[in-house]
Amino acid sequence: MTQDAATLDTFPKYLLHNAERFGNRPAMRLKDFGIWQTWTWREQLEEVRAFALGLQSLGVGHGTKVAVIGANRPRLYWAIAALQSLRAIPVPVYADAVAEEMAYVLNHAGVVMAVVQDQEQVDKVLSFSDQIPALKTLIYDEPRGLANYDHTNLKSFAELQDVGRALMRSDANAAKRWEEGVRAAEGGDISIMLYTSGTTGRSKGVMIQSGPGVKATRDTVEFDGLTEKDSVLAYLPLAWVGDHYLNYAQGYVSGFCVNCPESQDTVAQDLREIAPTFYFAPPRVFESLLTAVTIRMEDASRFKKWLFARFIAHARRHGEAILERRPVPLAARLLYWLGDILIYGPLKNVLGMSNIRVAYTAGEAIGEDLFSFFRSLGINLKQLYGQTEAFLYVTVQANGHVRADAVGPAAPNVDIRISESGEVLFKSPGMFAGYYLDDEMTKEVLTPDGYVMTGDAGFFDKDGQLRIIDRAKDVGRLKNGALFAPKYIENMLKFYPNIKEVVAFGDGRDFCAAFINIDLTAVGDWAERNNISYASYQELAAHPLVYEMIGRHVDEANLKLSREPVMAGAQVRRFLILHKELDADDGELTRTQKVRRRFIAERYHELIEALYDGSTEKYVETEVTYEDGRKGRIRGTLRIVDARIYDAPVETLHREAAE
Amino acid sequence: MNAHVQSQAFAAAHEDGIAPGEVLLSVNNVSLSFGGVKAITDISFDIRKGEIRAIIGPNGAGKTSMLNVINGFYTPQQGTILFRGVERRAMKPHHAVRQGIARTFQNVALFKGMSTLDNIMAGRSTLMKRNIGWQMLWHGPALAEEIEHRKVVEEIIDFLEIQHIRRTPVGRLPYGLQKRVELGRALAMEPSLLLLDEPMAGMNLEEKEDMSRFILDVNQQRGTTIALIEHDMGVVMDLSDRVVVLDYGKKIADGTPDEVKNNQAVIDAYLGVPH
Repeated sequence: MTQDAATLDTFPKYLLHNAERFGNRPAMRLKDFGIWQTWTWREQLEEVRAFALGLQSLGVGHGTKVAVIGANRPRLYWAIAALQSLRAIPVPVYADAVAEEMAYVLNHAGVVMAVVQDQEQVDKVLSFSDQIPALKTLIYDEPRGLANYDHTNLKSFAELQDVGRALMRSDANAAKRWEEGVRAAEGGDISIMLYTSGTTGRSKGVMIQSGPGVKATRDTVEFDGLTEKDSVLAYLPLAWVGDHYLNYAQGYVSGFCVNCPESQDTVAQDLREIAPTFYFAPPRVFESLLTAVTIRMEDASRFKKWLFARFIAHARRHGEAILERRPVPLAARLLYWLGDILIYGPLKNVLGMSNIRVAYTAGEAIGEDLFSFFRSLGINLKQLYGQTEAFLYVTVQANGHVRADAVGPAAPNVDIRISESGEVLFKSPGMFAGYYLDDEMTKEVLTPDGYVMTGDAGFFDKDGQLRIIDRAKDVGRLKNGALFAPKYIENMLKFYPNIKEVVAFGDGRDFCAAFINIDLTAVGDWAERNNISYASYQELAAHPLVYEMIGRHVDEANLKLSREPVMAGAQVRRFLILHKELDADDGELTRTQKVRRRFIAERYHELIEALYDGSTEKYVETEVTYEDGRKGRIRGTLRIVDARIYDAPVETLHREAAE
Repeated sequence: MNAHVQSQAFAAAHEDGIAPGEVLLSVNNVSLSFGGVKAITDISFDIRKGEIRAIIGPNGAGKTSMLNVINGFYTPQQGTILFRGVERRAMKPHHAVRQGIARTFQNVALFKGMSTLDNIMAGRSTLMKRNIGWQMLWHGPALAEEIEHRKVVEEIIDFLEIQHIRRTPVGRLPYGLQKRVELGRALAMEPSLLLLDEPMAGMNLEEKEDMSRFILDVNQQRGTTIALIEHDMGVVMDLSDRVVVLDYGKKIADGTPDEVKNNQAVIDAYLGVPH
């Protein structure tokens, strides 16, 4: 680096810096009209500057809050940089938020202006503009369909840039003054306000300061060795900390190229064309990729299928070892090399993962099988754990020290502690400056000595990696004091394709027990192949062979649990297969398909009692709601089965990271 | 550095020297019969530049025949058709295309094995100036011309939001998207009069809403005059400026959607009258 790191404490400073050091390297690409359009760092600087001067002419300055709403478009990223360069505060908002939610955020943040993508967003904002009197001006990127709108408070992005450019022409010092402004700014400013998605109550505005933000980014850029030669595809929601951090922040600090897809529907194709070197996706994306691959292989010729199965099996045996540079027999290495030419290479090419150096997944637990499938192909997929309040990274796995069931040791310069109750607490360089206009809430999540409470329960494993087990408030204890983390047990069972949903009970009880929902597609498929006829979900669920199969899964899961000292106490001792699928229409799941524990406990309290009173069957009658709103009743006798329990010593939590 | 393409809200419709609101096409006392079957009897109406004109009527009323007469596929036995003030002689449909009339079909008529891109490029074929020899060489001027055409086609793809199926063979697409591709191919001809034969047939509500939006955008942004046949009355009443109603080959009403809605003859034709 030519400049001292200490002087680079805002992202716009990096913009100037990058225009100098990587002037002719690509900074941004957008596929438009079927062609990848490129902007170099120098051109990006020009675009940002022109827009910033345009904004300045509208009175945007230090502390002005401006919403940014839309998909991953270069101009919206430029808007963020332009705002930061004026020391204004960009507030990205989820583009798919319903009008009411959006109105709440815009109002709460007190934005006076919004930069939006297109007519859709303009319409949405206009629909509630009477509720946000502070909002004066709308700026749009795509003019389509907006020609006949009243343009008194509506301006196009290009128009504002023209204003900025005209200013620079008429006043030779305008550009220079802007640059001086950028250089004079300091790291204490709020660089961005990210609203949490609000799954628990109203969304909160997380304020990130530019100095700490840059510092945290620099740590992770260094950690993964990101350089200006890397590239990413920006397809995650603009308002999410993940996108802002991984693409925008890391892009500015390392100088890599951010590629914007043509549209949301073309992400897969664009990914293939760009073949990024750095990639992030939540587990379900990897899951759907694997499903797509599996389905396509079903249609392949018999020889190809054989070849695929043969080499994937080989990759599963040795692929990860080769990726991690562990010793592998020469013959296996040669076969893997052949497999790379025949199967792995072409497969990675189709998935757009040929060039990946570093890939991350986070957000929820990922299945061991799924995780190792991608790693065995030679894709360096790792896990991280993060939060908006941390400006993303809390823990991160290092190359070669990767596991599916843990999320890694603390990220560089992050300090993690486990509280008495088992909650994960952290202190990190990029840590937020507080929730906007909500000091009370800020105090609530901070410990007296300045650690942030994550709300997640976890513990450090033997090799120093953090394992997240559940939301802290859901974690309980059995009567004998053993830790009971329902989601952890449920996830372990749900990784079996035959099991769709699990609800585990055990807090304050003698042992752990579970309701199980079978997956009708997977088990139905199995039934078809084994000539088992059934008329309904209920009948299939009650079939003795199905019980036997699920019983085996529970046994296996128990065996796995028994090997984990912390979890061994909460093995599933008794279970039953529910006579109906848990359904959002009946209020048993949320609309995002999450189990509503308390509601289920109430609705099926008879069944829960039966699980604990030792009975082997129980008659139930349940009211169900059909899709058209009619109601009906399902009745039947459910069998309750004992599962095998494995011995293991019950240990207490490791509170400190074993470093 | 590459030049950054900016959308020019793509090229305006054929310049035909007719001011908006003036009559673009008029049908005067046209009759058409197939042997003894009279498909159209003595129908007259006009289409003004810049409007959306709907042709409606119960099944077998002669709507599609009327469209076929307008684009020159059928030659009426009686009556005249004036397009841009010039009387139409017997002609082939591709002459109609050269004059600036393009259409879509009731049953999708695309090249199923070809990609979306190629299908829409096919719409440009009458506008290509180089002959087949040049096209085969695909070099120099022919390549330059192809690139020009491709630009227009890409703008249409962008306009109709079908980037994700650019390379997909249309036979594999769902019906609603095929309809959109067909509209794209008609737009590629840069028509001044666009004939749409049941653009929303077989679509679900969401697809209908999308299609309506596209039709309105074509009309407003490009200034293309549109004549459409449609069975969904909600769509017709919302989209069109004027409606002509046919029944058993005769015109029974002509006017704004509101006028037509309250016309007794129309109500009778749709609901039936006791005999």
